[in-house]
Amino acid sequence: MSTVEHKQWSARVRESAEKNLPPEQLLPDEQPVYVHSWIYVFGVLTIAAFAVVLASGVWLSLEGPTWWHTSKIGLFVNSLHLWSVELFFFFMVIHLWGKFWMAAWRGNRSMTWVTGSIAFLASIGAAFTGYLSQQNFASQWIASEGKDGLNSAGVGAFFNVLNFGQMFMWHILLLPIVLGILVVIHVLLVRKHGVVPPYPVEGQAAFDTGPEAVVDVGASSDDEGGAS
Amino acid sequence: MGAISMRLGEVLLGAVVNLNHPAHYFHRGWFQISVANLMVILLMIVVFILALFLPFPGRRVQ
Amino acid sequence: MSTAAAGFARAHKRDHRHVEAWKGGYRPYDLVKEFVVALVVVTLLTVFLAVLFSSPDDQPVTIARWARADAKDFTAAALSELNGTSEVAQYGPPYNSTPDAAQKIGPISLQTIPGVRIPIDTATDLVLNPLQSVAGDNPDLQAALSQYRSASPQQQAAWTTAYGKALDSATVSGGQLQVPSGDYGPVAVIMPAELALARSGGLDGALLATKQFYQTDYTKPILFISGGSYFEDQASAHNLLGEQWGMMNETGNWPGQPWLWLYTFWYQVPPFATSGNADALIWGIMIVLSVVLILVPFIPGVRSIPKWIPIYKLVWRDYYKGMAAR
Repeated sequence: MSTVEHKQWSARVRESAEKNLPPEQLLPDEQPVYVHSWIYVFGVLTIAAFAVVLASGVWLSLEGPTWWHTSKIGLFVNSLHLWSVELFFFFMVIHLWGKFWMAAWRGNRSMTWVTGSIAFLASIGAAFTGYLSQQNFASQWIASEGKDGLNSAGVGAFFNVLNFGQMFMWHILLLPIVLGILVVIHVLLVRKHGVVPPYPVEGQAAFDTGPEAVVDVGASSDDEGGAS
Repeated sequence: MGAISMRLGEVLLGAVVNLNHPAHYFHRGWFQISVANLMVILLMIVVFILALFLPFPGRRVQ
Repeated sequence: MSTAAAGFARAHKRDHRHVEAWKGGYRPYDLVKEFVVALVVVTLLTVFLAVLFSSPDDQPVTIARWARADAKDFTAAALSELNGTSEVAQYGPPYNSTPDAAQKIGPISLQTIPGVRIPIDTATDLVLNPLQSVAGDNPDLQAALSQYRSASPQQQAAWTTAYGKALDSATVSGGQLQVPSGDYGPVAVIMPAELALARSGGLDGALLATKQFYQTDYTKPILFISGGSYFEDQASAHNLLGEQWGMMNETGNWPGQPWLWLYTFWYQVPPFATSGNADALIWGIMIVLSVVLILVPFIPGVRSIPKWIPIYKLVWRDYYKGMAAR
């Protein structure tokens, strides 16, 4: 690796990527021995469910937003989309419970928690716009009720839940992009910092010292040297 | 053969269990939840507990 | 040292004050295979659930369906839009600037800040203009519309109030709404014309039409539909009302959105259950709680809960047994 100071952006980006995520860390073939519980599979299950949500959404997009009302196959693909969303939230919330009880933000991992919780909230928004795009009784009702909460916060003036065209585009374009970016950052942070180690056994300071470390993390989490 | 596969296709594309009727609700005073939602939430708790307790395959930690 | 551990240690040399690179053992683990297995499992589960349960698709309410099913409710709603007494007419921003209509959190009214960005004049947009568009070959309707528009607000109110009172004792016979006779001025022509336009399906179309051919904005028809009891009765039958924890529910017997449990919870309890500012207050609460969720790692006490309630001991029991054995 070159030690010459590059002014070139491309070289800087590449070297930063190599430094933060060398290939064997980006896609390791081993995990620390403490990663040994079924609770650890709920992250990947959430991502898998997200993939099925996207795939079924793409299939629906091929035929347009009214297809599922008039076609049996369309209704089936809509069902795939609905149930993969239910599974997505099912796995994501269990993943959140697990990560909370493991205090997975310890050891400089606050941003992993932050991106994950923002992704959770963004998912709720994506689901909301999805329900609004159904063009059936449920979407009418959800729109007429949802407008009150949003209007009371001043948001409804810009985000009109009664405007199908706007809600549909937020659902199929804007929010999937936002969610995709959040998920990618979230996973890269896990790869960068490694899976959070267990709380240390009493009398032993082998590594990460639990909640006290979080105090330091608060001070240091503004990326010292830009390579956090 | 064609007729059978068409029939099977219809069944698969429709619903084996018809949920298109008024929902059942669990009521206690001001608290109300549909049985469907309640089952989803209970299932989540059960799966979470199982995930914590069920042994994970592979070599035990050295 | 394994390659992953070496990479980890290299990247985190400077973190040794806070996190020491894991010095313990590693175990081979195939992440790609794990993902593929997860994908197959989730796909099969999704297909299984879709085949088993399908998905709900209740027909939307149209103005035509509403007007045919309940002529009296429709006409009463249309009348309230005409004389500006409907919920939409009195809503405030973003639809109109009714004073003191906006919700508040304490002294702050976020609702008023953006102003009237989606202007709706209920009388013009929902009644008079749609009727105007079909009044071309109907001289009586044309005359009634002109007479109504040129009358004073007091005169308009007198006519609509009288019609509204008469509507209470109106009956439906032979598909027609029979309203007792009285002095309603042009309203006596306007309201039946609105009902007829609605029943024919023309009002659904008229409310969507704009100067351009294409349209995807259903603001006017949905606001109009939400003004009547018919729409709310359909929702109530499906347990979708706010006080029925409706936000979590779905039509039919399907699971809905259980993740919205905390949002809908507040609507069930005092003081929100009876507050005119419930929407604004609950939004405020949920924003605060969302920020708290995001900032858990930085909140003393909250971030220590997992240490005090040691569920983690179940997750890492193998590791702790291994440590104890040493």
